[in-house]
Amino acid sequence: MEFLQPSTWAEALEAKAAHPDAVPIAGGTDVMVGINFGHLRPALLLDLTRVADLREWTTVAGAVRLGAGVSYARVITELGDRLPGLAMAARTIGSPQIRNRGTVGGNLATASPAGDAHPALLAADAVVEVASVRGSRRIPVTDFYTGVKRSAMDADELIAAVHVTPPSGPQQYSKIGTRNAMVIAVAAFGLALHPDRRTVGAALGSAAPTPRRAPAAEEFLAGELDAAGLWESRAELPAATARRFGELVAAASSPIDDVRGTAAYRRHALSVMARRALTWAWTDYRDESRGN
Amino acid sequence: MSTPTRTPTGAPAHLTGPGSGGVGDSAQRPDGVLKVRGEFAYGSDLWMEDMLWGVTLRSPHPYARVLAIDTSAATQLPGVHAVLTSEDVPGEKVYGLELADQPVLAVDVVRYQGEPVALVAADHPDTARRAAALIRVDYEVWEPVTDARTALGHPATDAVHESDAEVTELSRESAHLHPEGNLVRHLKVRTGDPQPTADVVVVGEYEVGMQDQAFLGPESGLAVPADDGGVELYVATQWLHVDQRQICSALGLPPEQVRLTLAGVGGAFGGREDLSMHVHACLLALRTGKPVKMSYNREESFFGHVHRHPATMRYEHGATRDGQLVYVKASIWFDGGAYASSTPAVVGNGGTMGIGPYVVPNVHVDCYGAYTNNPPCGAMRGFGSVQTAFAYESQMDALAAELGMDPVELRCRNAMEQGSATPTGQVIDSPAPVAELLRRLEAMPLPAEADGEVDLRDMPGGVSNTTHGEGVRRGVGYAVAYKNVAFSEGYDDYSTARVRLEVVGGEPTATVHTAAAEVGQGLVTVEQQITRTELGVEQVTVHPKDTTVGSAGSTSASRQTYVTGGAVKAACEAVRGQLLARAERLVGRSVPDLRLAGGQVVSDAEEIAVPLADLLGNEAVEETVQWRHRPTEAIDPETGQGFAHVQYAFSAHRAVVDVDTELGLVKVVEMACTQDVGKAINPQAVIGQIQGGTAQGLGLAVMEEILIRDGKVVNPSFTDYLIPTILDMPPMRVEVLEYADPHAPYGLRGVGEAPNISSGPAVLAAIRAATGLPLARVPVRPEHLTGTS
Ligand SMILES: Cc1cc2nc3c(=O)[nH]c(=O)nc-3n(C[C@H](O)[C@H](O)[C@H](O)COP(=O)(O)OP(=O)(O)OC[C@H]3O[C@@H](n4cnc5c(N)ncnc54)[C@H](O)[C@@H]3O)c2cc1C
Repeated sequence: MEFLQPSTWAEALEAKAAHPDAVPIAGGTDVMVGINFGHLRPALLLDLTRVADLREWTTVAGAVRLGAGVSYARVITELGDRLPGLAMAARTIGSPQIRNRGTVGGNLATASPAGDAHPALLAADAVVEVASVRGSRRIPVTDFYTGVKRSAMDADELIAAVHVTPPSGPQQYSKIGTRNAMVIAVAAFGLALHPDRRTVGAALGSAAPTPRRAPAAEEFLAGELDAAGLWESRAELPAATARRFGELVAAASSPIDDVRGTAAYRRHALSVMARRALTWAWTDYRDESRGN
Repeated sequence: MSTPTRTPTGAPAHLTGPGSGGVGDSAQRPDGVLKVRGEFAYGSDLWMEDMLWGVTLRSPHPYARVLAIDTSAATQLPGVHAVLTSEDVPGEKVYGLELADQPVLAVDVVRYQGEPVALVAADHPDTARRAAALIRVDYEVWEPVTDARTALGHPATDAVHESDAEVTELSRESAHLHPEGNLVRHLKVRTGDPQPTADVVVVGEYEVGMQDQAFLGPESGLAVPADDGGVELYVATQWLHVDQRQICSALGLPPEQVRLTLAGVGGAFGGREDLSMHVHACLLALRTGKPVKMSYNREESFFGHVHRHPATMRYEHGATRDGQLVYVKASIWFDGGAYASSTPAVVGNGGTMGIGPYVVPNVHVDCYGAYTNNPPCGAMRGFGSVQTAFAYESQMDALAAELGMDPVELRCRNAMEQGSATPTGQVIDSPAPVAELLRRLEAMPLPAEADGEVDLRDMPGGVSNTTHGEGVRRGVGYAVAYKNVAFSEGYDDYSTARVRLEVVGGEPTATVHTAAAEVGQGLVTVEQQITRTELGVEQVTVHPKDTTVGSAGSTSASRQTYVTGGAVKAACEAVRGQLLARAERLVGRSVPDLRLAGGQVVSDAEEIAVPLADLLGNEAVEETVQWRHRPTEAIDPETGQGFAHVQYAFSAHRAVVDVDTELGLVKVVEMACTQDVGKAINPQAVIGQIQGGTAQGLGLAVMEEILIRDGKVVNPSFTDYLIPTILDMPPMRVEVLEYADPHAPYGLRGVGEAPNISSGPAVLAAIRAATGLPLARVPVRPEHLTGTS
């Protein structure tokens, strides 16, 4: 196995252009597992950990530009206020060791339906910035996941960063696992309320071939909030609305039975998580106005 | 996290800090610092210059005929030194712990997925793996038999509904997985009235999934060919001598030429009682003339050792209206998988102790062990008693509910005590404080209900943020269990200890040499403690565990502190006898109160104090002793009656569990345990065993299961075979009772298994209490709690 270790972003892109089969490695928490299991036998590893730019986050035109190589641990400690949904998702990932090494860029590139960053990024309307020697382009995260563990990236491209606009309203993230830590999602749900745009972001993980949004649920809720003037009044959310929202989120899934859970459970769990998450988010939204 | 150990009088015993280092002290482990620093060498760390790596090719099919094996491509790969199949096994081609029925390498037929078919040795592990992939095996694939009851011709579906399942033509044809049929053992217990009746009757069917030992150190060892044509094997195992016997038989070599030394063991729990890579590495080493290392990876480890028997159980309990048990009828089916392993003994335990620590006048138990094409099952901590405890304790709760009686009260009313007869007609002749264990649990304060600020870590689902209290209901459950200690049913159970005392650098120093496997439990510490106490010296060296001393028996059945501890004590006594005799010769008369203390021979009455250094000079005193516990006897094949077990261990648990009833997620809030250990030789190690056993029982109750579809394992990794994390295993309250067993050394009782047995049923009871659901199967999954299976 060959090992390339570029120290600048330009070198990294050149290396990837020269060796499109090279497997990039960031935290290695997916790559090394793949190698250990014999699923992955890369002829060439492209180590991105020396590229300092990837490990930085900045604020560009009001949005956070999160370098692909920023670890979950740093998302939690440094960005909990600016990217609350993603930070909550990060908190559910693996163990302290995995959160120290694992990166959002790695999660995106793996594009697993169970990746925890995805529902949070989908709900927040994130945009993925990918680059190659040909230049860079921005892919709305909604268009990023194209199949089971497949993404819209080309072979010569690398992920540079992900752009997330800080929230104008509350966000939540919930995940079901069959133990209380260090577990792959059986089903996951991300929620973002966008009062500035009067829209809702709702997305699910581990319950379809790709992470996906729940458009019918989003539109239903935004419509209900509009119609009842709830964005402005911040009055109590009718229980029936929360319940219906949960049902619509569940309906957006197309889960399977597997070793981790049944399709029926996944649907059920999504409806409960979505209902509860909305209830918490709405409570936060109401509390905000009271200056809490 | 836990309260200090307590004696029955409530006096706290110190757990840490400097003590004498003798019996009753929480002496430090000799291997402790190395392990904490990550410097301890485990079997997988073994290394020799010039060694080769051995790899196993395994069957992808649970049941198939092997039509042909073509090794030519593998042999030709550069770097490959040997490719072996069953034809290369020089001795007996089958082996086994109790019955020799398991091929060293597949002969004609494979009976489970993962069965070893061929071996490769190469100069690099990757080369060996690639070569193994080049071996062509042609299989004629057969339909596997995957249900124990079907395998035995019993209706496969539950007897409660009386539906007869079809025995298909194919399964009938393939039904004989072994020449003598699919029944490994049928144990019957019959006592009292065969047709009893009772006021109140409760019937239940229960199922326990297949648990794995999940030890962290995978199977590994290093075989080194020796000049005498024999082989030295360094291996992580549980019983060197039983390995040696089986290896000799497969290699066709005498014991003198097969020498074993224990390598660092990273956990065992029963999973290392059977051979894994032992014979394979020796075969490759003898063939190539080079040292050969084999070390399984995690996935292979799931196929490389036996698991806990899954069980299906039907129970009927009859009682009077005031809660006196009148009868218990039980049918217990253990799925032994493809080979016998220790299924006969597991059936022995499941059957003889299958109704729990209760006094019942009329008992009718049938316990079966079957061959199927599922992975072989054998020893695992709790050994046949874990499964039945789920059933009998569930029954006790169901009966209490039926009677409108408190479940602890019902248990206490029927609890065994010293002098009670077991269903096998054995009168319990040492303390059996079953009721006291339960009453003490009941008296412990309950953990506080959550209030105020929500800490997600305390919630079902943890930081995954699934509830802030919504849907959460708390339940409390109790369970009590008992388990035999040491080998039973007439087995000649002994251990051998060699103790040597000499002066090293002016200090009297003892060396204790046994073949007893240290698997993480701390036996090496116990050996040192006993030697210190018996010989009155501080310096005790533990000799490496090997086959140059006689057998110690297995590190299993909660027996080593009892049996090897007993052997070390007896060897020390023999050494002491010699020393005192020497001292008497020195002073020229007999001195009745002579004893060893502080490195001296002393007499208080005659104010004698002879330093051992002076008494011994350059000489050493050495004694080797074979020690046995009092014999047990075989049970009657028709009635199960007999003095089957030498000692019983008793423990009880109270579980407090929060369940998110809407999502089906569980948070165990607290586990409390009471256990009678007779005498805590090392109190801290006792607490460690109780906490570890509790965690493993909790794991089976709520998450640990090897899932099998059509005979194939679908979750052979720690990604999907989940074991409890620190957020799943709560803090514990532990009370340790020390009621001496007059028949055992120091009055001690085996400790390791009992808490593994009572913990899971208590968790299950608590989940039932929280949800009101009947829950007849473990592990309980979120689907079972939400009706979404
Ligand atoms: C014990 C354990 C627990 C885990 N728990 C969770 C969990 O709870 N939730 C979860 O979502 N995941 C979990 N994971 C998976 C893993 O940690 C995450 O997917 C993580 O985000 C991967 O990041 P990484 O930096 O380690 O990626 P790597 O392993 O380095 O790479 C992952 C993939 O991304 C590619 N890649 C990395 N960086 C780039 C880049 N800049 N451009 C293009 N491609 C790139 C790599 O080639 C590879 O295909 C767990 C893994 C382990 C081992």
